Amino acid sequence: MTAQHALRAFLTLVLAGWVTASAVAEVAHPVIPKGKGERCVADTSVMRRNHMQLLKHQRDETMHNGIRTERFSLVGCMNCHAYVNSQPVSIKDERHFCNVCHQYAAVKIDCFECHASTPQPVSAAVAPEAHP
Amino acid sequence: MSEHQEQEMEGGLSRRQFVSAGAAVAVGAVLAPGVFLHSVAQARSPAEGASNYQRWGLLIDTNKCRTGCDDCVSACKKENGWGNEQVRDEQKVQWIRKVDLKEHHTGREVSLPMMCQHCAEPPCVDVCPTGASFKRADGIVLVDKHICIGCRYCMMACPYKARSFVHEDVIHGDAYMPRGKGTVESCTLCVHRVDKGQNPACVESCKEKAMTFGDLNDPKSEIAQRVSQYATRQIRADLKLNPGVRYEGI
Repeated sequence: MTAQHALRAFLTLVLAGWVTASAVAEVAHPVIPKGKGERCVADTSVMRRNHMQLLKHQRDETMHNGIRTERFSLVGCMNCHAYVNSQPVSIKDERHFCNVCHQYAAVKIDCFECHASTPQPVSAAVAPEAHP
Repeated sequence: MSEHQEQEMEGGLSRRQFVSAGAAVAVGAVLAPGVFLHSVAQARSPAEGASNYQRWGLLIDTNKCRTGCDDCVSACKKENGWGNEQVRDEQKVQWIRKVDLKEHHTGREVSLPMMCQHCAEPPCVDVCPTGASFKRADGIVLVDKHICIGCRYCMMACPYKARSFVHEDVIHGDAYMPRGKGTVESCTLCVHRVDKGQNPACVESCKEKAMTFGDLNDPKSEIAQRVSQYATRQIRADLKLNPGVRYEGI
């Protein structure tokens, strides 16, 4: 490594540290509302990093193949997470589970332009019956 | 299938009967006696995908359908949450509509519901530039609104005027039928209900029992038996799209 490279790496580190420090200083860490259920469908570390892939995979499986397992369904997420202090909240509320992190990270999501962001009744439809 | 081909097959087994008979024998050998693949497939678990063992279809008996009644339309609106859009008349959303026909020579009037005909060869799928318009393995034609860019080619390609474009923001109600501004939508044959083993909302709502929903591939189903016994018609059969929706009495 040349001296020039070393200097650049050092400056980058210093700058990154400064940016992170100032961000932490200015923006409060998100307060994540507790889910209604006992535990999530996967470990928090997995969900934090991969929830978008899991949701997208489930989305395609459901849409195109008609697979409707509940584990990674968006409705399932909302039924557990769309509560603050046991009160159901929609995405319009700043304290909504998805909102708190997504606003903190400044990542815009468009799921709820179509999908419901509130808990849903288990099934509003009539009881299942066999096809003729 | 053309008349000529149908005549040729008379007397012998049709191809579909032959294939399903073969499947029944093959499965019958594996499973317990009396348990056949089609009965297993109908009670599908959520983890099991849609398969081409089934072809969902709808048979509408126009002799029973009442002029002026729009129970099926209201049921569809309620189930899928459309119809409250604040838009111009030209932009109104329409998943299903009632059509009244009159034969001028005889004066006979019939009324029928018109919706996506769930073609086996859907032109909306052919023209879609993004793959958003697609046919599921079990014959249900859908729009993947995640991929739809709202170009509306499919609306122009559909000979049944079955599709609508969402021009304004939607107030979303039902979690099982999300709708969004800037995408095309149409009858889904209530796919969320069908996957649970239920009938579409329009079929449930018809007091005259003019609509029959079922699996056209299952020779034991009511719909398959009726289409094999009675004269039914596909609308614009000349286009050879082979719609899954058939009509009786027109």
